Amino acid sequence: MMHTDTAPPGTAAPVFYVTDEEGHHSEGSTMLGFWLYLMSDCLIFATLFATYGVLGRNYAAGPSQKDLFDLTGIAVNTAMLLFSSITYGFAMLEMDKDNQRRTQLWLAVTGLFGVAFVALEIREFVHLFHEGAPPWRSAFLSSFYTLVSTHGLHVSFGILWLVTLMIQVQKYGLVAANKRRLMCLSMFWHFLDLIWIGVFTVVYLIGVLE
Amino acid sequence: MFDNVNLQQLIFGRFTLDQIPYHEPILIGTFAGVAVVGLAVLATITYFRFWGPLWRDWVTSIDHKKIGIMYCIFALIMLLRGFADALMMRAQQSIAFGDQQGFLPPHHYDQIFTAHGMIMIFFVAMPFVTGLMNFAVPLQIGARDVAFPFLNNFSFWMTVSGGMLVMVSLFIGEFSRATWLAYPPLSGAAMSPGVGVDYYIWALQIAGVGTTLSGINLIATIVKMRAPGLTMMKLPIFVWSSLCTNILIVAAFPILTAVLVLLSLDRYLGFHFFTNDLGGNSMLYFNLIWIWGHPEVYILILPAFGVFSEITSTFCGKRLFGYTSMVYALVVITILAYLVWLHHFFTMGSGADVNSFFGITTMIISIPTGAKIFNWMFTMYRGRIRFEVPMMWVVAFIVTFVIGGMTGVLLAVPPADFVLHNSLFLIAHFHNVIIGGVLFGMFAGVTFWFPKAFGFKLDEFWGKMSLGFWVTGFYVAFMPLYVLGLMGVTRRMQHFDDPSLQPWFMVAAFGAVLIACGIGSQIMMFVVSIRRREELRDLTGDPWGGRTLEWSTSSPPPDYNFAFTPVVHDSDAWWDMKARGFSRPTGGYQPIHMPKNTATGAILAALSFICGFAMVWYIWWLAALSFVALIVTAIVHTFNYDREYYIPAETVSREEAKRMRELELA
Amino acid sequence: MSSSTLRPDRTTLADTRRRSLLRRCVPLIALPPLMTLLGGCNLVVMQPAGFIAEQQRNLVLASTGLMLLIIVPVIACTLFFAWHFRATNEDAVYDPEWHHSTQLEVLIWTAPLLIIIALGALTWIGTHTLDPFRPLTRLDAKRELPANVEPLQVEAIAMDWKWLFLYPQYGIATVNELAIPVDRPVTFKITATDVMNTFYVPTLAGMIYAMPGMETKLHAVVNKAVDSEGRSAHYSGAGFSNMFFKFRGVADKDFDAWVAKTKAEGSDLNQDAYLKLSEPTESEPARYYKSYAEGLYGKIVGLCTRPGQMCMSEMMAIDARGGQSGPEGEENYKRLQYDNHFAREGHEAPGATGPASGTGPHGQTQPEGMKPRPDMGNPDSRAPEPDKAKPETGSGSPDGGQIAPKQISQ
Repeated sequence: MMHTDTAPPGTAAPVFYVTDEEGHHSEGSTMLGFWLYLMSDCLIFATLFATYGVLGRNYAAGPSQKDLFDLTGIAVNTAMLLFSSITYGFAMLEMDKDNQRRTQLWLAVTGLFGVAFVALEIREFVHLFHEGAPPWRSAFLSSFYTLVSTHGLHVSFGILWLVTLMIQVQKYGLVAANKRRLMCLSMFWHFLDLIWIGVFTVVYLIGVLE
Repeated sequence: MFDNVNLQQLIFGRFTLDQIPYHEPILIGTFAGVAVVGLAVLATITYFRFWGPLWRDWVTSIDHKKIGIMYCIFALIMLLRGFADALMMRAQQSIAFGDQQGFLPPHHYDQIFTAHGMIMIFFVAMPFVTGLMNFAVPLQIGARDVAFPFLNNFSFWMTVSGGMLVMVSLFIGEFSRATWLAYPPLSGAAMSPGVGVDYYIWALQIAGVGTTLSGINLIATIVKMRAPGLTMMKLPIFVWSSLCTNILIVAAFPILTAVLVLLSLDRYLGFHFFTNDLGGNSMLYFNLIWIWGHPEVYILILPAFGVFSEITSTFCGKRLFGYTSMVYALVVITILAYLVWLHHFFTMGSGADVNSFFGITTMIISIPTGAKIFNWMFTMYRGRIRFEVPMMWVVAFIVTFVIGGMTGVLLAVPPADFVLHNSLFLIAHFHNVIIGGVLFGMFAGVTFWFPKAFGFKLDEFWGKMSLGFWVTGFYVAFMPLYVLGLMGVTRRMQHFDDPSLQPWFMVAAFGAVLIACGIGSQIMMFVVSIRRREELRDLTGDPWGGRTLEWSTSSPPPDYNFAFTPVVHDSDAWWDMKARGFSRPTGGYQPIHMPKNTATGAILAALSFICGFAMVWYIWWLAALSFVALIVTAIVHTFNYDREYYIPAETVSREEAKRMRELELA
Repeated sequence: MSSSTLRPDRTTLADTRRRSLLRRCVPLIALPPLMTLLGGCNLVVMQPAGFIAEQQRNLVLASTGLMLLIIVPVIACTLFFAWHFRATNEDAVYDPEWHHSTQLEVLIWTAPLLIIIALGALTWIGTHTLDPFRPLTRLDAKRELPANVEPLQVEAIAMDWKWLFLYPQYGIATVNELAIPVDRPVTFKITATDVMNTFYVPTLAGMIYAMPGMETKLHAVVNKAVDSEGRSAHYSGAGFSNMFFKFRGVADKDFDAWVAKTKAEGSDLNQDAYLKLSEPTESEPARYYKSYAEGLYGKIVGLCTRPGQMCMSEMMAIDARGGQSGPEGEENYKRLQYDNHFAREGHEAPGATGPASGTGPHGQTQPEGMKPRPDMGNPDSRAPEPDKAKPETGSGSPDGGQIAPKQISQ
């Protein structure tokens, strides 16, 4: 590719076009685009966090964080998600080595941790319902359920995506397109981990310990 | 009997045949009109055997130029709907005095002003802006398409889906009456239990997905796909303004999505975010919606600023004055757009410190905006101004916009806002900036880039007619509203008791009629131009003496935009190329890598429409089914790895040879 | 024309109808003179009767003046440049490369900056002195506030679609009529029953939101006797257009007489009467109450006017203690649902139709509380009483929707 920013002195007409076909920039664009998507998603979570910040003490003369949350259960839940991030990291390392079988293995482990996380979360919700704390009980519970279950929904979609990708890797191998997709899912997965750390701190830790 | 009812509810949700408004003559008339026009269009398409090309070349197209054009057509169609609402409001307000109740009862009138506001912002201004950006940005940066062509197609059809959902509400059920921002508690389930607000929510959610994705797409395009040599400080101002706009979109629309999700949870599942009871807080909604809503104002106006910059320097035959300060002004506006939202509700009773902080930040925005006005002014200075239609829009814009800006700064003074808020003064102000700024900008842009898109100019006579009618119509329609605002008349009134107000409303209604003539002239302009297209044909690809890269290619540009990727040396790249004796390449063409068309975007959008409709009517089975179909379709789409193809070198060569012949003819 | 915002009575309405043809033609012919005759119109915002509104008016004028300093030259220069540098003017200088001038750049950034600094200062001071929550310190531009004056307390409540005013110092209440004595500061406490509204009396002071479950305040004073109107300026549902009230600034002795008359002739706004009143109605005539239920305002702000409901204040006190778990918490839940009373009791919510009463989502039936509008293409309102379906007759039905409050009250 000819790349001339300024015409060399003395030449009348500088180069005004490249003569060879440059490869597509889709790799870089995809990563940037996906990162932008994550940022926009981050804003959705920011809005939900802000909502929780405003409404999180409006118990409507009903149960509060202290009455409802069981930190041990949440700690196990958090551990599931953190482990899944680590195992996803292993999957990516294996992907870099082009080891398809091991990549798939680690992806499967990641998915299982994800499923465990979602299952534990559902279990927690069922428990809360039994405690007389459904989301329509108070503004606090509305904002709590919305924040936590939005994250849970993201994880669920992440699992669906993970399964889809595992099938695609199985079918087409670790081709460039699949590697790119695995990278995107990796960003998504770690992003959800980060959000969960925020949820864990703001909702559970501060809520119970304060 | 009861089983019957339950079965019906299971299948049709809360939809019953009674929801079809047989009893509203206006709606039946509209429906008949739409049906006749629709059938005529379908018949024409069938007669000319246009279904195949329509599907292949437009619906499934991922070509940014075609998508841009479709956005603009969609915006123009929705403009007709939104403007019909405006005419009805003006008519109602000019006759409903004293004993006269007018022809629109409150429950109908209230739907109309809600629909008018929402349609004009989301389905006229937004698609217009997105359409122009889609069309011009890749051409101006020397790219062959946007970064994610499939997403672009998908975004467009999602926007259309949202618009269609609003249109459907005309004939099935009703639309929201809770104003265009659906403030709770009025928009909550207790106060608005009907389908109206649900139509509003789902239409915005569906269209919002499209808008956010298209924002991401265009940022990635501008950041990653610029031609070699096109550094950030050489970008055409329109590209800069697009970049700022899309950053605003990506940073603002998720908030709208989130806040509407919260509102729908309140409505559908009885949550308590914004309700009066059980700890809800409706002030939170005001804050969140305006944290989206104020940047939205700049999302609309910044591209218009970009258009004006391009047009001014083109028709003055002169470099844009103060390029650097233009760019800084844009960036400053982008940042400040997030620091002013509270000025939309000074009257909510935040303390004086909070109010004056937001008042002053709002005023500060007028500094970069003022600098931009000065820059256009000094671009004209020592120029050689050709008064073609786009340039006339610019002059009309500057004069109109500074008046609107002035009243805007006035409203930013909290105590002044206390007496003018929610009055017709406010209505006059924001129409002053949205019509005088955004719409004039879009019309200027359409006139400016039309020859690029279609290869012939728009008819000048009808262009001037539309300009004249729009400008005078605007002043006649909205200046009385400023006066009425000072008379203490508030907005959203279906009926007045004081007959001394009537003359002012009659004048305003007359202004609306003038604007209707302006819209009529625009339709005439398109019709006449298409009929006279051979006379108006431009073979050069550069009918205005352009300065930026889009004018270096043919009109309409080939699918691949540029046979060779241009190399840029100067901010006015094409002007520079012309000045330095650029000679067109005549051979050595290579195959060009392009993305393939796909129907997935349109299918996904159609499924979203069905899902939204089912949610509005509580048809749960259909909502679930279409949602699952949506996911499955998306997943199936990812199994297609064969998304690109090569345009063979011979095709490129043939296209370019044709272009050479045209240039010789010109 | 100073009283032109007042609603005309029936005879003038009839007259205006007769003159309507003439009136319709006037604006078209007389547009330019009309514009110049603006002074002859009743620009309420520009001709206030109260000190607060007067200062707000002055701020509007001062800000506009400041901005015109820059707006007028910009418009003039734009038009001049556009004309002078037109392509056909060969004499004009043409310099296609001229695109930068440091002096001009400095000018175009500093000129607006200076205006904004001035305006910002004005804003900061104005916002603080005219903060609606801030008690008055002056009666008007010339007079300090006398030391011993006790401000009049008024509790203004936006209901569907009428205004209720409580005068706690006098124990009286009114609907859709607000009278205050001249030159006595007034402290308004403002709230709403179920949706947001704004309390706006253009002659008196700027507007402020009336919000359910919350209280805003407004301090104001009226400096001369005035007969005008106030209204909600924030859309609140179907009956919004007719949600205005009569605003009267009266001399001290007239105010006392008005209070005495209300006490003598008014009825009692007890719990039941209040609940009846709180149902949605539009074009409500002015009503007078010699007394009202004790603690009514507190209950309205607390959203607990119905028996057995828990007030917001109690709820917030429990929340501040960290909520309430267990069966007591569940018991509280039942006492805390305000919004849904419409749905629960089979009522329509204001301005809407819905599942509660079995009516469909499309508004073919009138929302509850709305006066019948015969011309709305509505079989429900049209069919039963055909003789009502003649809006032009005007004087027909005794409870016709078009009668303005004033005619009934005075």
